Amino acid sequence: MSDPRRPYVRPMAGWWRRNPFFVEYMVHEATALFVAAYALVLLVGLLRLAQGEAAWSGWLEALRSPLSVVFHVVLLTAIAYHAWTWFRIMPKTMPPLVVGGKRVAPATITACGLAAAGVCSLAVLALVLVLAGGLTR
Amino acid sequence: MSETGKNGKVIRIEVLRYRPEQDREPFLQSYDVPFTDDMSVLQGLQYIKDRLDGTLSFRWSCRMAICGSCGMMIDGEPCLACKTFLRDFPAGAVRVEALAHFPIERDLVIRMDDFLAKLESIKPWIVPKEERTLAQGEYLQTPAQLDVYEQFSSCINCLLCYAACPQYGLNPDFVGPGIMALLHRYNADSRDGAAAERMEVAGSEAGAFNCTAVGYCSEVCPKHVDPANAVNQNKTRAAGDYFLRLVRPKGGAK
Amino acid sequence: MKAAMKRSNAPIFWGLFGAGGMLAALFGPVLVFITGIAVPLGLILPADAMSWPRMQAFAQHWAGKGFLFAIIALFLWHAAHRICHSLHDLGVHAGAATRLACYGSAALGTLLAAGALWAVGF
Repeated sequence: MSDPRRPYVRPMAGWWRRNPFFVEYMVHEATALFVAAYALVLLVGLLRLAQGEAAWSGWLEALRSPLSVVFHVVLLTAIAYHAWTWFRIMPKTMPPLVVGGKRVAPATITACGLAAAGVCSLAVLALVLVLAGGLTR
Repeated sequence: MSETGKNGKVIRIEVLRYRPEQDREPFLQSYDVPFTDDMSVLQGLQYIKDRLDGTLSFRWSCRMAICGSCGMMIDGEPCLACKTFLRDFPAGAVRVEALAHFPIERDLVIRMDDFLAKLESIKPWIVPKEERTLAQGEYLQTPAQLDVYEQFSSCINCLLCYAACPQYGLNPDFVGPGIMALLHRYNADSRDGAAAERMEVAGSEAGAFNCTAVGYCSEVCPKHVDPANAVNQNKTRAAGDYFLRLVRPKGGAK
Repeated sequence: MKAAMKRSNAPIFWGLFGAGGMLAALFGPVLVFITGIAVPLGLILPADAMSWPRMQAFAQHWAGKGFLFAIIALFLWHAAHRICHSLHDLGVHAGAATRLACYGSAALGTLLAAGALWAVGF
């Protein structure tokens, strides 16, 4: 630069290690790796399903290996953390929500999001139970 | 000398120095400053400048968190030096640096030309939706209409949110949290009619979509503005504009 | 600054990111639990809950097809967008190559999922 004032620009390398807030940000951004991994697991399952019964059974068998179960426990932890951080930031991403002339508190919005996730989880579990039970009978 | 060492306490203030005419790069310089519990970091710096080292440069004006001049990194966090107290550093030392993500002009003084250029680009004033003559009286607004933008009007341009925003540090083209908060302050005002022009900035490659919702900007704001909310509300609005333009036959396509 | 005033195409990718993130937050944990833990171990759910005839019927039904497609494709787009930004955060700047790698993978996965759902039949 030919600027005679010689402004000094500091480097950004390693910026996220400078503040615990940024470390947490990088951790919750990294949950994307686990979401991607689970999408790939499902995609492989779907491709096996399209290849016929033997291929599908092989995929199911692979899911039963201890390594796979441990891997899915890790996925569950990471994706649950994604859900928590997703709803934690949600109030900041929305226009103000006014109910009965009063602004809804951010904590209430987060709680509603988590409650919705709980309802969805129970609904899916119930659906699987009904479908699985219905077909065996 | 009245405030000096009344309680015998001394704090070591480490200051990031940079004197462009003689230093290749910034370096930390320590000063031992006697202090009392009512002294702010700003007063500590003033003590240094007045009694220990007159070459130290820093900006300040009001001493009461309204002028927005004394923003700096204090122990790595963006703070107003007038609103941060020396008594809150029990380890007996505190590190003071120029605001992160801005070029250092000299010592604790940053260069804000970039911010000022961006500020002008969003027309930070009310562009009346309909002109009224004096005889027609004031532009009226209900409390509910005020509530929509009021918090965003508290911005004092102190730039702490920029020092808190890694996306601005990584890409200085990004208009950044403070400008987005001000842009939203005017766009959300019922009396204003220039939202479409400002949305060109919000929806541009320099606009809201550079934000990754880190959210630290809203944590550090000394005036309790929520810039992260302004940025993200405008992502939704800019996305709406983006897709609606494809649907509307002669919509605001550029 | 003028050069950066071009209208951003981010809304497309940001929209997919948001939709996938919301689906992952609402359904991700329970799906991982069902497919990766409960069924393989026979916890709560019967161990044959994902048997061949059942899953084939599920993937042949329009609702099952839609659900599987939305979950797989949107999870991939969500992850691709976030990973692209994380690479930028780590100093790998979001140039054409990074974007192509991230969004290209998601697009490929989407096509594979659509192909498999087609092949499963109706």
